Amino acid sequence: MAAVTTAPARAEPNLLIRIASRPTALAGLIVVTVIILLSVLAPLIAPYAPSQLAVRDRLQGPGMAHLMGTDELGRDVFTRVLYSGRTSLTVGFAVVVFASAIGVTLGLVAGFFRRFDAPVSRLIDAMMAFPDILLAIALVAALGPSAANVVIALGIVYAPRLARVVRASTLVIRELPYVEAARALGVPTPVILVRHVLRNVVSPLLVQATFIFANAILAEAGLSFLGVGISPDIPTWGTMISVGRQFLDQAPWIMWFPGGAIILTVLSLQLLGDGLRDFLDPRLAKDV
Amino acid sequence: MLRSALNRLIGMAIVMFLVVTIVFVIVRVTPGDPAAVMLGPDATAEDIASLRERLGLNAPIPVQFLTYFGGILRGDFGQSIFLNIPVTHALWLRAEPTFFLTVFALAIAAAVALPVGVLSAYWRGSAFDQAATMLAMFAASIPSFWLGLIFMQIFAVQLGWFDTSGYGGPGASFAERMHHLVLPAVTLGLISSALITRFTRAAMLDVLNDDYVRTARSKGMSEWRVVVRHAFKNALIPILTVIGLTAALLISGAIVTETVFGLPGVGSLIVSAVLRRDYPVIQGALLVVAGLYVLVNFVIDMLYLLVDPRVRY
Repeated sequence: MAAVTTAPARAEPNLLIRIASRPTALAGLIVVTVIILLSVLAPLIAPYAPSQLAVRDRLQGPGMAHLMGTDELGRDVFTRVLYSGRTSLTVGFAVVVFASAIGVTLGLVAGFFRRFDAPVSRLIDAMMAFPDILLAIALVAALGPSAANVVIALGIVYAPRLARVVRASTLVIRELPYVEAARALGVPTPVILVRHVLRNVVSPLLVQATFIFANAILAEAGLSFLGVGISPDIPTWGTMISVGRQFLDQAPWIMWFPGGAIILTVLSLQLLGDGLRDFLDPRLAKDV
Repeated sequence: MLRSALNRLIGMAIVMFLVVTIVFVIVRVTPGDPAAVMLGPDATAEDIASLRERLGLNAPIPVQFLTYFGGILRGDFGQSIFLNIPVTHALWLRAEPTFFLTVFALAIAAAVALPVGVLSAYWRGSAFDQAATMLAMFAASIPSFWLGLIFMQIFAVQLGWFDTSGYGGPGASFAERMHHLVLPAVTLGLISSALITRFTRAAMLDVLNDDYVRTARSKGMSEWRVVVRHAFKNALIPILTVIGLTAALLISGAIVTETVFGLPGVGSLIVSAVLRRDYPVIQGALLVVAGLYVLVNFVIDMLYLLVDPRVRY
């Protein structure tokens, strides 16, 4: 019985050691961790309060008093980059969770139950025909602009990609002897799906989730910049750049640093995702 | 082969139908009355009632869908609420900047990505390959609007080589208009080159180890001829695929880039339609872009079918 229910061994316990063996992936992991810590600990690290005005110090360049300069209201840019990170990272993470919930369900259903495969797959094809920003803009336009709706819109946009990955893995796992054995033993289908299939889909899912996290941060910034996403009153890296562009010729640093934060975060997530893919999903290692 | 083509055509028709359905549904997910949302808080009850009538919102949903679908089959994408002209006309008026922006960006992306990708694969694992791979990943991490603003700051504000925004105003000559497209096209092209570089490299790696490349070498053919005439030619199909799909996706990048540089293209039309809640325009733009994507995919599949007799759908 044990031999039937146990999924093939995965290398999860020593995943960290494997990541450490690859300098680029390790660098990605470290930088992402540092960025998350800086955002979480923002109240402890930030030298000022995020909305502390100092009109006399407005539009000051980077210096000792203000590491990244000040904005048009004299607020400290470094402080605001730290606090904005909280929103940007939370939105990115929420998108991954929401997209996974939809994507995994669709993918499992399409991959496991033959009769749902064709309709769900066509739906996925149709969803993927829309460029991500464009579909997200349309959804936010319909739902109304708010942080929650940006998460819903981007979640819907990225769900098909996850569904495709989960479906492909499920198709393979469905035919494996241990799934057949579990079925023969009368294990209920939902249990088979969760315990045997889902568990083995985790690796490719984790890889995709890392890339979607990165894309979601870029997309959220894009939507905020266009003014169709999160309200400009809530500091995110995207809204900071959007506001900063008005002072492009006087105080370009207002938009330099949030942009740098986005690049650093997205690049690190991509490096990490690339590393994870090579370890967890050797079949895809050659893929682009 | 004809059977495969037919299968693919049916598949495309189904996906197109689903695309139209999704576009129809998106507007219906609006909380509350879409007519009231479109007209804003100051609208009177009569205004809302007349817009509901005009948009056919009083009919049952299936009837609305059939009407909408029938219209699209006839090329009628509806009427813009704000501009008061047909959506197809509104899109057409804005097509020029977007068309040239996309073409230039694609040309720049290909000019950067093809040589870099080919050399990366040829010198696999070398310092050049590693640097190119890192650079491509870096480019894919830059928000396009941010890069646009940086270029604007350097080349327009500080050096004064270009105007910061616009399309030259009314009566501007073709050369003037194209001059306004330089910075946006470079921005969009550099960022898009990342994906094409990665695909080119992967496609070249696939063919460089093939038998015919070894045969060509053993015949004493020069390396240049081996790489360009034999390997690159065979890697061209997957590369053309990604270039084609990038072209369709560039429209998405154009939305952001046009907004940064104040270009009066389809992208900025979409953004202003969203801000004005002009749903018919948003729907029309979604349909055109998604339709192009599906069509490009279909054409590529047909090309495969023509080029490679083993392919079946």
